[in-house]
Amino acid sequence: MDARPDVIAAEELQIGFVTRAGEPAAIVDRVSLALRHGVSLGLAGESGCGKSTLLLALMGHAKAGLAVTHGTCCFEGRSLFEMPQAERDALRGKRIAMVPQNAGQALTPTLRIGAQIDEVLRFHTSLGPAERRERVLDLIDRVQLPSPAELARRYPHELSGGQQQRVAVAMAVAVDPVLLLLDEPTTGLDVTTQLHILELLRGLADQSGTAMVCVSHDIGVIARLCDEVAVMYAGRIVETGRADDVLVRPRHPYARGLLASIPRLKTGAVPEPIPGRPPTMGRMPQGCRFALRCDHVQDRCRVEMPPLRPLAGGAVACHFAEQLGIWQRPHDVAATALDGADHGAVLRVEDIAITYARPGLLDRFGLGGKSPARAVDGVSFTLEHGEVLGLVGESGSGKSTILRGIAGLWPLARGRIVLADGSDLAGPVDDRPRDVLRRVQLVFQNPDASLNPRRTVREILTRPLAIYHGLTGQAAAPRLASLMADVRLGEDYLDHLPSQLSGGEKQRIAIARAFAADPEIILCDEVTSALDVSVQASILNLLADLCASRGVACILVSHDLAVVRAVARRIAVLYRGRLCEIGPAAQVALAPRHPYTRALVGAVLEPEPGQAIESDAALIEDAGGGPGGCSFRSRCPRSIPLCAQTVPDLLALDPGHAVRCHRVREAVA
Amino acid sequence: MTASAAPLPPRRRLLPAWFRDVFSRPSGAIGLAIIAVHLAIALLAPLIVPYDFAAQDSKAMFADPSAAHWLGGDHLGRDVLTRTLMGGREAILVSTMATGLAVLWGGLFGIFLAFAGRFVDEASMRMVDALLAIPWILFVMLFVAGLGTGMGVLIPILGISYGLSIVRVVRAAALDVVTRDFILAARARGERRSVVIVHEMLPNVFDTLAVQAAMTWSWMLLGFSSLSFLGFGATPPTPDWGLMISDARSAMMVSPWPVLAPMVALSSLIIGINLLSDGLAKALGVDRMKKAAV
Repeated sequence: MDARPDVIAAEELQIGFVTRAGEPAAIVDRVSLALRHGVSLGLAGESGCGKSTLLLALMGHAKAGLAVTHGTCCFEGRSLFEMPQAERDALRGKRIAMVPQNAGQALTPTLRIGAQIDEVLRFHTSLGPAERRERVLDLIDRVQLPSPAELARRYPHELSGGQQQRVAVAMAVAVDPVLLLLDEPTTGLDVTTQLHILELLRGLADQSGTAMVCVSHDIGVIARLCDEVAVMYAGRIVETGRADDVLVRPRHPYARGLLASIPRLKTGAVPEPIPGRPPTMGRMPQGCRFALRCDHVQDRCRVEMPPLRPLAGGAVACHFAEQLGIWQRPHDVAATALDGADHGAVLRVEDIAITYARPGLLDRFGLGGKSPARAVDGVSFTLEHGEVLGLVGESGSGKSTILRGIAGLWPLARGRIVLADGSDLAGPVDDRPRDVLRRVQLVFQNPDASLNPRRTVREILTRPLAIYHGLTGQAAAPRLASLMADVRLGEDYLDHLPSQLSGGEKQRIAIARAFAADPEIILCDEVTSALDVSVQASILNLLADLCASRGVACILVSHDLAVVRAVARRIAVLYRGRLCEIGPAAQVALAPRHPYTRALVGAVLEPEPGQAIESDAALIEDAGGGPGGCSFRSRCPRSIPLCAQTVPDLLALDPGHAVRCHRVREAVA
Repeated sequence: MTASAAPLPPRRRLLPAWFRDVFSRPSGAIGLAIIAVHLAIALLAPLIVPYDFAAQDSKAMFADPSAAHWLGGDHLGRDVLTRTLMGGREAILVSTMATGLAVLWGGLFGIFLAFAGRFVDEASMRMVDALLAIPWILFVMLFVAGLGTGMGVLIPILGISYGLSIVRVVRAAALDVVTRDFILAARARGERRSVVIVHEMLPNVFDTLAVQAAMTWSWMLLGFSSLSFLGFGATPPTPDWGLMISDARSAMMVSPWPVLAPMVALSSLIIGINLLSDGLAKALGVDRMKKAAV
């Protein structure tokens, strides 16, 4: 056994502030945890549960306005909050290092990569310039970035998001810290890149025996990276234990709810939301904080706060943990084969191409030089009546651009988009008749941006009613009431401003606004990516229900294959503006044919520890494909010379399943 | 924590929330009080002044304050108190109306430019830059020299020239709003451009516009008084602060009251307006958004 003291040990740590009413409110409430050397701990929970505040406390920092009000936090036996500032500064970066959430913002834009890594060494070691230079190159190599000498001279903006994150990792491990703090280390990265970063972190930690604490809203990340898990709710740890225990056999009702709300690719089970929302700071219930949302709540829970008590190798804060029975993870649903019936298309997208650059003055006279980059190239698909079609791809694949093209917000360079009755959607929004506009409605990714912050919910929802149905004032009232009921919000919300609503509620309003038009087609652009998983599930369910009950067809764009799989009937996979595979959801998710789809499927992190990585997930990192040929060939582990010469055609395999790959064609022929 | 538990108070009250916010701050409340006193005096002055503003009394020439003339008399023997109380009427009227004009055209044009294509935007902004490079007082004097003084000339000229800087500020604020998704959503919905400007944009640049309006008002007041001081504003014998200071400054060492009284009046009003704009900025700025989020 390791005789050294715990790397980090928090004892009854409480961090909080005093409310305007003069009452103390704790963001982190009497949390105790201890981490041995080389062990990694994941902190899971909804946003606002105190994860990040706790993480910062572990390096002896409290956010502005917050203070430690009780307990201690010791690093290798020394209290972090009591040691002199200078001592704490010396620890940070050297013994305790942090990888920030968004490396793109954490790196200094005006300093070269080499200089930024060098800064850490200069500050924390006594190495000479030549030795430091060597270490910098060695570090760049260790985080598996290509050609270190050349990369060290680049600026952060010249790197991709994944590469920036690697640089942040290199800076964090520069002087071999014993504790690595990770704040959402892969949020915002593509799934394939995410997998690479996680493998890198895991490898570095194993090599040098670094302990890690990882905060993530994505249980899949924690399952992949961490040995132990602590589930936090409203500032307290409600369950902790080994990852393969907690994530497979959760005991606390909240942990169970959290796990049930995650969409799973393999099973395609419809995720179940946790009803309600966490209690507000300073207005905590007297008893168990989860009591208001718990299915198993009893009288005792409402008056007596359950302590975190040991149970079967872990610890749980629930009075009735033993009585809850064995947890069943959301059961598998049978793969629903497409019924083959012709539902009739509501929308046909025919061979569209969209370019990024709008034509400039010179281009109009044919002087523009090279043709602009194609964001979308030769995409065709149909949307059938009442179905949900998932559109999946990484950032830059053109999935959102297609939606904008359909909505008329971006001009088509080529091709046609036609509605069922033959109305052409190729023209820009300004040229479309009102009735055509009404039939296609958009829901945006971030409801904070898509709802006018200065308009009440009533005003927001009345606009589409006024434009498309001529309903204003009192005449709109019954429709408003039924819309609010449809999205399961009370009518009292009508007089609220968006800033008074939670993220999930805002997105419901955005969905209500789209349905207010009585559309035929709803275009959803990453509608859940700004939301918590527990809320995501309810939004997905709401969307699926509304579309089904009204026979509205929906295109659901997402970077997350598991999200799409939960609600879509068919899935289309995009890579660099081309469709590479389209087919029934279960087939694409379980038996993908295109190498890129296989990589995507392999990179999806299920919230269960110990999954094997599928070989295809180990993609070569994007090297940028040359012109001509298959756009995926530079990353494809199975490419052949033919791939560089011609663009493969979309090949129909089974009914409704088509793939664009030379190798698949070869195999079939 | 952004999550908040129901029930929340309804939004609409007798006075909008931001107005109550302005009132509840010391700077805003004091500013509003000073402005209110000035407005009341300006409105009621003809009823409360002890003398006719043009009446000359040779015995009161350069007189020190006395029971008959509380603030003494000027070089023509006119009552300084009367003239000071009356002296803000034209300045306040002209500056308020010109500010309204400046805010109206500057605000709408600024938002329009944020929408307009690159070419229109660039061309207009360079023109605004060029006009801003000319000292405004020359600009105004040029027109006044050609068209004569009087409110019919001064209000439009001042309104147009002071609106230029509002265009700049509002355009910058609107450019930030125009990229947000709710504007895209409005376009996708098929809203007319005028509806987008008034319904979606204006409420979001209102903060900037309100603060800018208050600041413009105080500059405008100072500007009009400077014009009067130079002889391009109010025409004698109209009592006007700028004009009074100009008339009395040569005898300032002998008889300071005819200079001091209008100075105090003018600066107190300007301080009041500046306090109000400070209160507005605080009430409408980040503080308000924060409050809504808690």
